[in-house]
Amino acid sequence: MLESVLTISLGAILINNFIFSQFLGCCPFLGCSTKIDTAVGMGIAVTFVMGLSSAICYVVNELLVSLELGYMSTLAFILVIAVLVQFVEMFLKKSIPSLYTALGIYLPLITTNCAVLGVVLLNVQNNYNFIESVVYGVTGGLGFMVAIVLFASVRDRLQFADYPESFEGFPIALVTAGLLALAFMGFSGMQIG
Amino acid sequence: MNLKQQFKEGLITNNPVLVQRIGMCSTMAITTSLFNGIGMGLSVLIILTCCNVAISALRKAIPNDIRLAIFVVVIAGFVTIVDLLLQAFIPALSASLGVFIPLIVVNCIIIGRAEAFCQHEPIGPSFFDGIFQGFGYTVVLVLMCLIRELLGSGTFGTGIFEIVDGALRVSFDGSAAGIRIFPEQFGATILIMPFGGFLTLASLLAAMQYALRKSAEKKEAAERAAKVEVVKEAANNA
Repeated sequence: MLESVLTISLGAILINNFIFSQFLGCCPFLGCSTKIDTAVGMGIAVTFVMGLSSAICYVVNELLVSLELGYMSTLAFILVIAVLVQFVEMFLKKSIPSLYTALGIYLPLITTNCAVLGVVLLNVQNNYNFIESVVYGVTGGLGFMVAIVLFASVRDRLQFADYPESFEGFPIALVTAGLLALAFMGFSGMQIG
Repeated sequence: MNLKQQFKEGLITNNPVLVQRIGMCSTMAITTSLFNGIGMGLSVLIILTCCNVAISALRKAIPNDIRLAIFVVVIAGFVTIVDLLLQAFIPALSASLGVFIPLIVVNCIIIGRAEAFCQHEPIGPSFFDGIFQGFGYTVVLVLMCLIRELLGSGTFGTGIFEIVDGALRVSFDGSAAGIRIFPEQFGATILIMPFGGFLTLASLLAAMQYALRKSAEKKEAAERAAKVEVVKEAANNA
């Protein structure tokens, strides 16, 4: 048990990082990474939602399969995620207002983050059990956080860099992300166990 | 809004990937062979057109406060239909795109068009908007695939074209090996890997920014020349 949890965690954070090797969650990754603080906030919010939705969607999927409604899974998952994000938003607003204001508009945007739906679909595809699903969700979110924080801190220094005018803005950010992806490829040969 | 303008917007001036910069996850992830690119592009085109028509038809009935939830449910419905159809009729495509077909649900292009266009416009323009925006997306995917495939593994059209006994064979089940342009060992394999996705899209975006800037400069120069002409004429008349 411990071994599989360890394999999944290391895989999700380093080897098959959600952003750098699976391209899941690129929109918020490129969108909210201009400042390190917002990047950290976004990372925490995504990790939280990914862990929670992995747990709930595991139960929902079991339910759908037992009712022979497996083909409705995509629709059910996205509804669960949308409701969950809304719920988390209301909960934070009531009980932890400081975190709520810090996350701001990023919270509702998590609904359309493909990393969240992606992790849920991958849990089903990989036949993970309940604990493995939750671990994959949380560590996948941590991988997202590592990526977005690294990227934001590199991007901070891009304003002092000298690059062709046409690469201004988005293209140079993509090149930077590509170089980080290249660095993360170094982990791909790692064997565990 | 006329058709010609809508077409130009979808393909160039308001291209979903190159100008609006949405839907980039799938653009970078699946563009490793022409088969994947065309399959993904057409799937999105079909889903986008259906969703645009449905949301535009329902636009007066959808309450403003919960519109996003309704959009997502409509989109998820059409995505499920396309997903099941692909599993049944083109299993090879379904297998190679994997989790990215259900992920069309959260593709920003579809929800973005619903939010920005269909909830205000009648069915006709929404239908064509879906087709043209989907076409613009497909063109970018195909471009990415052609570049990454050619430079990465030295082939053209893997999954769709192949040459058998000197004759071109076209297949739609993903089994074709592709046309070899140069030997595989000369290819830069890195372009097929994630890094290549980021780099190719960055280059395309930079090329687009360069073209837009040049055309703006040209327009400015022409305007300045016209102004000088007017001043000269006025001086002559005086």
